[in-house]
Amino acid sequence: MDYLVLGDEPYLQANECTNCGARFFGRRNACAHCGHREFKPVRVSDTGTLRTFSIVYRAAPTIPTPYVSAIVLTDDGTSVRSNLINIEPDPAKITLGMKVKLDTYVVGTDDDGQEAVAFGYAPV
Amino acid sequence: MAQDIWVLGTHMTAFGRYPDQDAVDLAAAAALGALDDGGVTISDMDLLSCGTLFQANAGMGQQVQKQIGQTGIPVYNVSNACATGATALRTVIMAIRAGEADMGLAIGVEQMGKMGLLAGGARKEKNVYEPSGRFGAVMPIDGILGTDTMPGVFAQAGMEYANDNDGVGFEQFAKVAQKNHAHSTLNPLAQYQKEFSLEEVMGSPMQSYPNTLLMCCPTGDGAAACVLVGEERFATLSREQQSRAVKLSASVLTTDPYVESGAMQPDVNTLTRNAAQIAYEQAGVGPEDLSLVELHDCFATAELIHYDNLGLCEPGGAGDFIDRGAPRRDGDTPVNVSGGLISKGHPIGATGVANVYEVATHLRGEAGDRQIEGANVGLAHVIGLGSSCGVHILEKSGIS
Repeated sequence: MDYLVLGDEPYLQANECTNCGARFFGRRNACAHCGHREFKPVRVSDTGTLRTFSIVYRAAPTIPTPYVSAIVLTDDGTSVRSNLINIEPDPAKITLGMKVKLDTYVVGTDDDGQEAVAFGYAPV
Repeated sequence: MAQDIWVLGTHMTAFGRYPDQDAVDLAAAAALGALDDGGVTISDMDLLSCGTLFQANAGMGQQVQKQIGQTGIPVYNVSNACATGATALRTVIMAIRAGEADMGLAIGVEQMGKMGLLAGGARKEKNVYEPSGRFGAVMPIDGILGTDTMPGVFAQAGMEYANDNDGVGFEQFAKVAQKNHAHSTLNPLAQYQKEFSLEEVMGSPMQSYPNTLLMCCPTGDGAAACVLVGEERFATLSREQQSRAVKLSASVLTTDPYVESGAMQPDVNTLTRNAAQIAYEQAGVGPEDLSLVELHDCFATAELIHYDNLGLCEPGGAGDFIDRGAPRRDGDTPVNVSGGLISKGHPIGATGVANVYEVATHLRGEAGDRQIEGANVGLAHVIGLGSSCGVHILEKSGIS
């Protein structure tokens, strides 16, 4: 993912509107909030809270289930969609508003041995 | 001031599965039914609008003309996700209000068969990873970076409401589905007409927590149509036609305005609130005046949050609203007495027209066993992800 910056300390990078501060993952021609046309890359906070979730049991055949889909609100006010990781897919174990932190993991390896890295949020 | 619009005739096919018919057959049946119901013919129509999602490039409106009458009138084929039917209605309404037509036919149709889960792509193991698409992903992200699936997306919308408001959880969402399945037993046009206990709803296979199978709408086939007429032409019609007509006192389509989280989790709330506010102003009525509401319960979680979005309950009070039975057919504001999308079915393009059919049928006092007695004002709501929201408010004619 272009907006996942890998390295010793992986982080998410958003494009921030230089006028109103609205943040976007991926490119925009103009700000969807104010119409301004200039953006700057910003590092998004690694920590946040669980805004909402669903435990998905039914998906396309090749997708492992169940998994926990989540929307996280980072501590600097940016919404991120990802899986909740390192947690049991059990509604009793998942609390709305719980503190979470960005983490990365290897999600696949291709025939050349190249690893694909994904991000998720884990309970703190 | 633009002229008033009336629903002169309306018809829907039963929703279900039609392996021996195609979408053109279904649309033609709904169209002829609506024309007959209004006491008019295709020759009276100044334009035709036809909505379908999965056959959006098929020239469906022109194919229907070949079935029921090629009079050379303009045809607009429209597509707007689950708001496709409402958009077909709006197309005719705008033409009448603009003075380009006196009378027109709006059709919504869909043939889905057993499509199963919509959205959420299968993951293919590529031999060599290459970044592609807008986000430079090396594989489809559904199931890795959250969910694209509809039961999951709407589950999250419901759980977000549960996060912000007390007294909302799995049981409240399940009660919505229990109600709609119960309502559908009175509707012969519903795809499913079977009642389930709350325990059965909660115990059916989990799709995306908190939505179980019985809390999700099915795929299916069906069509619905409306003949719409402006007040000038309406004044020339017979007393009998006028007395059965239903006044369309508000017609609104909105899209989702920017909200911070919108690119991650579709915001189905703000555009519904905006559409409802405009519609109530147009019609000069409030939610307390509504005899019945047909709203977009694609999933049980969706219906619950729309109680609040449409102003049917106190702000934050959707959990209490369902707990005290307010949206049941014998409650304060009956919601989805047709069985809703959950049990009546959701052939996508047909839904936004079928909702208007349902409300109009109650206002005419012709809804049979499921009739809401004394119904005089009703609201029909649809939402298409992307997003679009259609709201129509209808009123009894008052002409006898």
